[in-house]
Amino acid sequence: MTKERLFNYLVLFAALCSVIFLLGIIISIFVQGYPIFKEVGVLKFLFGKAWYPTQDPPEFGILSLIIGSLIVTIGALIIAIPLGIGSAIYLSEIAKSNTREILKPFIELLAGIPSVIYGLFGIVFIAPLTMRLFHLSTGLNAFTAAIILGVMVMPIISSLTEDAISSVPKDLREASYALGANKWETISKVVLPAAKSGVIASIILGLGRAIGETMVVLMVAGGAAIIPKSIFQPVRPMTSAIAAEMGESITGSQHFHALFGIAIALFILTLLFNLITESVRRKIKRYS
Amino acid sequence: MTRKFKQGFWLIMMRLSILVSVLFLLVFLFLIFSKGSSVLSLSFLLEAPKAGMTKGGIFPAIIGTLYLTGLTILFSFPIGVLAAIYLTEYAREGILVNTIRTAINTLAGVPSIVFGLFGLAVFVNMLHFGVSVLSGALTLAILVLPTIINASEEAIKSVPNSFREAAYALGATKRQSIMKVVIPAALPNILTSAIISIGRAAGETAPILFTAATFYTRKFPTSIFDEVMALPYHIYALMTEGTSPQTQMPIAYGSAVVLLLLVLSIDLVAIIIRYRMRRAKTW
Repeated sequence: MTKERLFNYLVLFAALCSVIFLLGIIISIFVQGYPIFKEVGVLKFLFGKAWYPTQDPPEFGILSLIIGSLIVTIGALIIAIPLGIGSAIYLSEIAKSNTREILKPFIELLAGIPSVIYGLFGIVFIAPLTMRLFHLSTGLNAFTAAIILGVMVMPIISSLTEDAISSVPKDLREASYALGANKWETISKVVLPAAKSGVIASIILGLGRAIGETMVVLMVAGGAAIIPKSIFQPVRPMTSAIAAEMGESITGSQHFHALFGIAIALFILTLLFNLITESVRRKIKRYS
Repeated sequence: MTRKFKQGFWLIMMRLSILVSVLFLLVFLFLIFSKGSSVLSLSFLLEAPKAGMTKGGIFPAIIGTLYLTGLTILFSFPIGVLAAIYLTEYAREGILVNTIRTAINTLAGVPSIVFGLFGLAVFVNMLHFGVSVLSGALTLAILVLPTIINASEEAIKSVPNSFREAAYALGATKRQSIMKVVIPAALPNILTSAIISIGRAAGETAPILFTAATFYTRKFPTSIFDEVMALPYHIYALMTEGTSPQTQMPIAYGSAVVLLLLVLSIDLVAIIIRYRMRRAKTW
């Protein structure tokens, strides 16, 4: 019987590891980031316009980095939402099962490609294209980053939306056909509204993924810590500031703490998106 | 007429959206492979970099990536499967389980660069593991843990209850029925999950940026406290650092093809296993 007990404790401990790790992450970034909030002030840190971490005296305002993240993320979603939802509708409502079996792995592969290779692809192929197409001085800007990020986020939105659509009961569709609706009317007026919360959850999850993605924006977004006047200007999203500057900052310096401060802001943002997705998903479960 | 037209228009748009995505993937793969495959050769795979990264191969980066991902799975697989066993077989709905589930979902959404900072603060600095294979693998292990737990949970849940009841009827204890009956039945699906997370760990760059990777090292890692070269970081560094972009670019393309082949073949193995299992499944 003691063996049984021991095993019980062992699996419980393994499950608790996730809680321990999450707490570890929260504590470590807050401990390392706290000094910058104390020295600069939370509001001045979040809404300060100047990010000159290596100047004397340095300035630590991350507004331009936040705006950089938001622009790239919104741009990515504008691409990923129609592509993702469209593909999901096609796969679950329109395609025959053979076609679906062939096409689905393609979308999964899209999700499996390492982000650094997307970054390389962006630098080598997409950036020169946007530069020539829009007559810009550099192709490494928010627009190019948004395109690549959009393609990366699309599979996430697609697969979750597909789950939501396929969980809509068949009776609803049949009732709609019985009333004389055609396929598109059934999809747009019955199936999509019924799957609405799942679709929204998928978009929010994509949003969280896009704002947290590092390598693509680090390589492709251009890296200028200024508030951009248009989407064709280079930006420096939060993740890319952390990745680019951590190597140069001295451990324990103000700059070092400021980069952890950015991580705190990033963590809270993604946590927020996650909690929303969670609650929506739970709601779906209760209904189905 | 307008109803029919509307339907025709939107159905075409739906088709178009998946077409665009698939086309992007094909163009992407074609361009990367056509640029990189000319660089590939046996010596490219089996030689160390030479002449300040402008010549030679990527052997140390390949070894480093294999070393890192191997260690990552070694850490995360047992914890992930055991946690999944708890969640499916032992847990009763309540605050504890809700807390654990929320933690897993939150962990899954944490940006990879934040994992990197955590690894830097805790493994590299606090525990003095330094920039090393160990620090990198521990960081990656926590990153892939939610994937392994979720997939293992699905796999264990799909084992029918009659299996457990049959084991109990033969006098097995709960632990015996789990370890001798449920887990073996769920193993193929659990392995699929592990394989997918291997692919993910192999391709991640941000978490190893400050915890494990180095642009150039002459020696191979002899202990888990050595820093290593890794394929994804190597690609990033070749594209953005160094002194001669012209000669570095082809090496970056070649490395990208190798990493892509590595990750895609890992994914393919997972897809094939899943496909076969679905066919072979008799319950």
